[in-house]
Amino acid sequence: MMKSEDVHKILSHAFESAEITVQDLTGGMDHFSVIVMWDGFKGKSLIQQHQMVNQSLKETLEDGRIHALQIKTVAR
Amino acid sequence: MSEEIIGKIKSEIESNKVILFMKGTPEAPQCGFSAATVQILKGYPYPFASVDVLSNPDVRATLPKYSNWPTFPQLFIDGELIGGCDIVHELNSSGELEQKLKTAFAQ
Repeated sequence: MMKSEDVHKILSHAFESAEITVQDLTGGMDHFSVIVMWDGFKGKSLIQQHQMVNQSLKETLEDGRIHALQIKTVAR
Repeated sequence: MSEEIIGKIKSEIESNKVILFMKGTPEAPQCGFSAATVQILKGYPYPFASVDVLSNPDVRATLPKYSNWPTFPQLFIDGELIGGCDIVHELNSSGELEQKLKTAFAQ
């Protein structure tokens, strides 16, 4: 479990000046939906963009703080 | 990650223009995301190969590390990882999936 703000902090650190939205899908603090709108995604395939988001949250995915992660990325 | 399994994965990916690593088979998918991805692919006139990771536990354990993608299904077109269910869905609605399939079968 972790707070949405903490997920947001990790993402804003990894994706500087990106527009980030984090939503706790179930209220259980471990199923999150994240939207990352970031200029740096330009030229990257959708899978690469999602891999970058997964990578930035790798630790919390591996230790189970995040159980499920829905990702939406926008190159902007 | 044993070399042998990676070799097996690589040869599957390289010898099929379109291949879906999924849970179950296209006729009997064992997971909603795999079923949804199969449905999308069936909407196109192109053949696709599939590997049931439930009956290939070695592939199930190794592919996520090899492709750097944690979940299944995983769709590859022309040797390139396209994505999981969400991404295939998104590319299907944007028309990009059709483009990639056409390009793969145009050669």
